[in-house]
Amino acid sequence: MNRTLVRLLQAPSIIVLLMWMIVPLSMTIYFSLIRYNLLYPERTGFVGLSNYEFFVTDAAFPPAVWNTLILVGSVLCISVVLGLAIAILIDRPFLGRGIVRVMLISPFFIMPTVNALVWKNMMMNPIYGLFAVVAHTIGAEPIDWLTVYPLLSVIIIVSWQWTPFAILIFMTSLQSQDQEQKEAATLDGAGFWAQFWNLTLPHLARPIAIVLMIQMIFHLSIFAEIFVTTSGGPGTASTNIAYLIYAQALLQFDVGVASAGGVFAVILANIVAIFLIRAVGKNLMV
Amino acid sequence: MTDKQILEWKNRFAVIGAWLVAILFFFPIFWMVLTSFKTELQAIAIPPLLVFEPTLDNYTLIQERTDYTQYAWSSVVTSLGGTALAMLIAIPSAYAMAFSPTRRTKDILLWMLSTKMLPAVGVLLPIYLLSQKLGLLDTKIVLVVIYALINLPIIMMILFNYFREIPKEILEASRMDGTSTWNEITQIVMPLAWGGIASTALLSVVLCWNEAFWAINLTSSEAGTLAALVASFSSPEGLFWSKLSAVATLACAPIVVFGWLCQKQLVQGLTFGAVK
Repeated sequence: MNRTLVRLLQAPSIIVLLMWMIVPLSMTIYFSLIRYNLLYPERTGFVGLSNYEFFVTDAAFPPAVWNTLILVGSVLCISVVLGLAIAILIDRPFLGRGIVRVMLISPFFIMPTVNALVWKNMMMNPIYGLFAVVAHTIGAEPIDWLTVYPLLSVIIIVSWQWTPFAILIFMTSLQSQDQEQKEAATLDGAGFWAQFWNLTLPHLARPIAIVLMIQMIFHLSIFAEIFVTTSGGPGTASTNIAYLIYAQALLQFDVGVASAGGVFAVILANIVAIFLIRAVGKNLMV
Repeated sequence: MTDKQILEWKNRFAVIGAWLVAILFFFPIFWMVLTSFKTELQAIAIPPLLVFEPTLDNYTLIQERTDYTQYAWSSVVTSLGGTALAMLIAIPSAYAMAFSPTRRTKDILLWMLSTKMLPAVGVLLPIYLLSQKLGLLDTKIVLVVIYALINLPIIMMILFNYFREIPKEILEASRMDGTSTWNEITQIVMPLAWGGIASTALLSVVLCWNEAFWAINLTSSEAGTLAALVASFSSPEGLFWSKLSAVATLACAPIVVFGWLCQKQLVQGLTFGAVK
């Protein structure tokens, strides 16, 4: 294959993604530099960086950055650790394994909005929800989860959806593990943990990297789960960056400030991309 | 107890544990489906009802109020269309990157992935205005294009890794025989990587089906997908659990069953073919 043909074949994907990035991004950058509020269409004009200043000095900004990091970090930890444990647990022949497997991965196929609605109403509702009923049964006071522990609730809801994704991948990777090697290790007297650290974990390095990378991409911009359950509240307790931008754009009608937030989010995404994705991605593609 | 007996007991506990965890994970879905067959009063009964006389009223009511098949059709068209368009762009590109990599190839792939991290809210307004200008609001076309674009990076990444596992010798041999590039892609690369291509497409279909943000903001009655239908039921019906459950069950059932049927292919795609 000659160079020209290679370039020609690669061009479509690069060009469409470049356009997908540049067109909206340049419009967003343009909006972020002007006065643009849907409630006051008569106020126009170039304002320089004051939209950015407004977005970054907003009292909701530091908690939003913090919540974004906490949310991504905790869901990653929970889903990888829990996913590993469950995948190892079902990595043995037993009665009904197929059904157990189907039950375990099902949450991944549920729409995020449906997931959030089911948890909000039927699980966490302080009066009729199942958590409240269980609390009553054991004689405890029911907790209004979404008000008292909003961020934790969102973490639980997102983890319920994404742990199955981790299970799905780890479970299949475990099937390709060398069984003879494990048997030899058992004969040599290596216990469960010794085998786990020295055989299983190295074997799963690549799948773990994949799970981390794909999940990170999705969790940085989590929106539906927050929108449906807590609306970012109470106050800013469960507001992440994606939700803060939404609040500025569609609740305050301030397109200028929201665009500044969008640009900020893009920068944040690229910082994460450079540090984390690179570390994980290089490992993935050698 | 002998060592063997201890091992047997450990195994038994593991099996019980596995079943318990599976039931725990599946329970919210089970409960949602169960609630969809209850009346509104039964749905909020305390203590919660496990045994009751099931009713189909919620389902008939939804069908009366909206046209389920129309939303389902939109979901099918946009999921398959978006996936097909993305695959069409991705297969030749990933092929070129995998078989003639340059120093920049990895950087390009990583850059592609980074476009995926851009929060949709940040670019909603420009995209909304553009689709308005082009007269594409509330059409399936706009969703097909956007779904293709947002899934393209992941598709490229997975396909690239699949294609790289094809031994170079096979391609070189066919080139000696004078095979054209087109024939090389369609008759050698695609059949060899078929499992990978199929599983990549499956993952993309699942992601499109569940996509709600763009569907809610860019479509309404004409091209709304099932994800948008659920959202439209969520606010006014927030307190009507059994109707909400029914519409949610209808929206999720096709893709969940689809996922069950394809779970093997799906996993192959996600692990980049590392697991055979």
